[in-house]
Amino acid sequence: MNAKFVAAAVAVALLSGCAALDPPPKKAAPVKFDRDPFASTYQRYPGHPTVIRNVTIFDGEGGEIRGGAILFAEGLIQAVGANIDVPPGAMEIDGAGRYVTPGIIDVHSHLGDYPSPGVPAHSDGNEATSPARPEVWAEHSVWPQDPGFSRALANGGVTALQVLPGSANLFGGRGVTLKNVPARTVQGMKFPGAPYGLKMACGENPKRVYGSRNNMPQTRMGNIATVRQTWAKAQAYKRKWDRYEREGGDMPERDLAMDTLRGVLAGEIIVHNHCYRADEMAIMIDVAREAGYKIGTFHHAVESYKVADLLAANGICSAMWADWYGFKMEAYDAIKENIPFVDRAGACAIVHSDDPNGIQRLNQEAAKALADGRRAGHAVTDASAWRWLSFNPAQSLGIADRTGSLRAGKMADVVLWNMNPFSTYARPEKVWIDGALLYDMHNPRLRPVSDFELGQPGEGDVK
Amino acid sequence: MIRHLLAAALLVAAAPAAAQTVAIVGGTVALGDGSEPIQNGTVVIRGGRIVDAGYQVGVPAGATIVDARGKWVTPGLVAGFSRLGLSEIDLSGGIRDDRAQNGPFSAAIDVAPAINPNYSTIAVNRADGVTRALVAPNTARNIFAGQGAMIDLGADLDPITRARLFQFVELGESGGETAGGSRPSAHVLFRNALREAHELQRFATPIAASGQRREDPIRDVPIIRNPNESREYGPDARRSEDVLLTRFDAAALVPLLQGRQLLLVRVESARDILSVLDIKREYPKLRIVLVGATEGWMVADRIAAARIPVIASALNDLPSSFERLAATQSNIGRMRAAGVQVAIGMVDDDDTRNLFNQRQYAGNLVALTHVPGATGVSWGEALAMITSRAAEAVGMGGEIGTLAGGRRADVVLWSGDPLQVTSNAEMVFIDGVQQPLESRQTRLRDRYRDLDRQVLPEAYRR
Repeated sequence: MNAKFVAAAVAVALLSGCAALDPPPKKAAPVKFDRDPFASTYQRYPGHPTVIRNVTIFDGEGGEIRGGAILFAEGLIQAVGANIDVPPGAMEIDGAGRYVTPGIIDVHSHLGDYPSPGVPAHSDGNEATSPARPEVWAEHSVWPQDPGFSRALANGGVTALQVLPGSANLFGGRGVTLKNVPARTVQGMKFPGAPYGLKMACGENPKRVYGSRNNMPQTRMGNIATVRQTWAKAQAYKRKWDRYEREGGDMPERDLAMDTLRGVLAGEIIVHNHCYRADEMAIMIDVAREAGYKIGTFHHAVESYKVADLLAANGICSAMWADWYGFKMEAYDAIKENIPFVDRAGACAIVHSDDPNGIQRLNQEAAKALADGRRAGHAVTDASAWRWLSFNPAQSLGIADRTGSLRAGKMADVVLWNMNPFSTYARPEKVWIDGALLYDMHNPRLRPVSDFELGQPGEGDVK
Repeated sequence: MIRHLLAAALLVAAAPAAAQTVAIVGGTVALGDGSEPIQNGTVVIRGGRIVDAGYQVGVPAGATIVDARGKWVTPGLVAGFSRLGLSEIDLSGGIRDDRAQNGPFSAAIDVAPAINPNYSTIAVNRADGVTRALVAPNTARNIFAGQGAMIDLGADLDPITRARLFQFVELGESGGETAGGSRPSAHVLFRNALREAHELQRFATPIAASGQRREDPIRDVPIIRNPNESREYGPDARRSEDVLLTRFDAAALVPLLQGRQLLLVRVESARDILSVLDIKREYPKLRIVLVGATEGWMVADRIAAARIPVIASALNDLPSSFERLAATQSNIGRMRAAGVQVAIGMVDDDDTRNLFNQRQYAGNLVALTHVPGATGVSWGEALAMITSRAAEAVGMGGEIGTLAGGRRADVVLWSGDPLQVTSNAEMVFIDGVQQPLESRQTRLRDRYRDLDRQVLPEAYRR
């Protein structure tokens, strides 16, 4: 192609009879810009080789082992089973009466972006200045000193989470997946290699925020028109940049908003779509098909139970609350069996929080859904329900090959619970992230205290 | 189980159930008074009241028997602080009756006429064993929000147990903001309001039936039973020129000064709590209940000494504002250990609708007893905090909140331990009347249980 083009150009030059001494300029080679300018600097903390014996294990993928054992070392799970070989020198924990699970993963958090204290100076979750703001990245708002991270760890057994922009905008910006490990910088918390997410929103919030200012969108039809127009623009941008990166030449102008959308169209960035109503989910599925991308997860999907078949057929996860309802019109049809009904349909069900308090008891939220589901005829086991808390969220975030279940070779993100974690009386006893013991109920030194809390009343309290 | 279902069916068929004698036998019975549960207990109800409850309680002849073997029986849950029945949809859903942002009145506001038992929030919480709720208004333009009620969650159109039971005032950060921007301003407004009420109390005299003011040289202090009868104070009732409140609002505060109505005061920080204790010393007749009290543990001994009950948020453990820097899940346990009377309330915590979370929170307080260094509460006390303690805090402990002879027959039969979220309410009685447990949520569940296409659209399934 290039050779032909050059030959033709030379021929034209010869015919014109005057430019033979002035060869045409060669196209500059394409320059690929850095896709990861705020790279993770997270490094796992040291951990002692550890075996927990005689314990009930929910492996996160639906499996249960009673009286089992798990060994982890060098940050990774080494073995899980009824009987495992233990290397000399490993720390041994008797897990009698206790339960081991993968760490909980919350796919929908605003920790760091709407941190505690929730003063106006900390309101960093919604760039509500235009309905399409895919250029903003949640990680640039994350305050690593948010005390909420420590509560999610110590009370909730949360080992990883996605921090998302809010839902004021149709395109809210990029989300970021974090290890729940305290750090001085957000880069120090970033889950290495996790794909980016794009937060999108349907329904009431965008039209309320912009409609109240007499701007578009003011209606649901305005929402969809704005979304489609934005994708059309992104497709053109992608064509231009794909050609440049293939063929070189003049570098097109960078547009950070379009970079994110191009990443979605290229399948590199996962769409997390806030969408309550079933009918709106169906519309968004068609929007995605038209634009050429795939929706990863519908968040706050309170009506997923009405279209669980459609969601299963399209391979879309639903991130849900157990029992939130009615706080807005689009949440009016919430039912307590939403999570189990989605699960029963063979679709991917996830328990999420969207809340700095709820993230501390996601296991209990799953317990509610589990019990309501059983009463409605969905015979799900405890171990199977744990998929809603770790493996399915890991799939939603594109990190299931590295965490989310207790499999040899995966990250040792592990929680030891003092009893069945679906009991309201259960507490995390120990929490390991990449094999490092970062919380121990019995050791007051093993509780993170954020800079904000240092020297304040109640500092270092068990909280 | 089949026997139990039969019994339930019989009860439903035989309305009005209130007149019947019902004996719930063989269950694990928790009285709600702080005691631990009783195995193989019996609860007898008749005429809308508890006859007796406990171990070896006799079953009257002819009583309808409910077999509760394998089940738990407790008093109905009491939402210690809520805005239940005041809002069907909280955001962009039309009118909310919990606050009048553009209205001229404050303390005179009375939530009672607004409580709507047909709201789905009532049915949803009733189905989860919540039978009574304290309902407070929200502040709008004044630190005084108005008067709250005790309601029941029965499936009828008469929800009010006690109207105008309490006045609600904000004196923490929120109060400071409402008062124009500072706590000192809120405190001056508070004292000024009481001054205006006091003045009205001194000068006002009731209007005689003839419409003429009675010439009463003694000028007895009028006793206001219903704060909204302030219309009875004639147009010539003297007030000084120096007033901020409307006459209606000032009159509504008179019962506080008379000790005839409770004052629920919302504060969170330890310092603000102490300021309220100062107010109590200044106005000894005020019957104060603290609401919120996230930092209560820091001054727990002083709250206990002042004998002021607390309706607290159960699990606040985030320094979500500077008035909650010392927030900890051990707050309630530590206050209780210091001798403070504590109930759990859903203070600004999905307070229009998620009152059913109280039993989860209570269970979590029990869980804390396993955590070294933390302070939780016993199972019996945890249950009391979501049944009797709120009733006692507002002086209604003799009526509701426990399974004791003479109390209103608000009784719940649970599938298991009610502090486990995996348990559910199987039968709910309010004033002895067995309640329906359906809601639009259960109807939607049943409509969409099966997604296969049928001969008619989903809209025909009901």
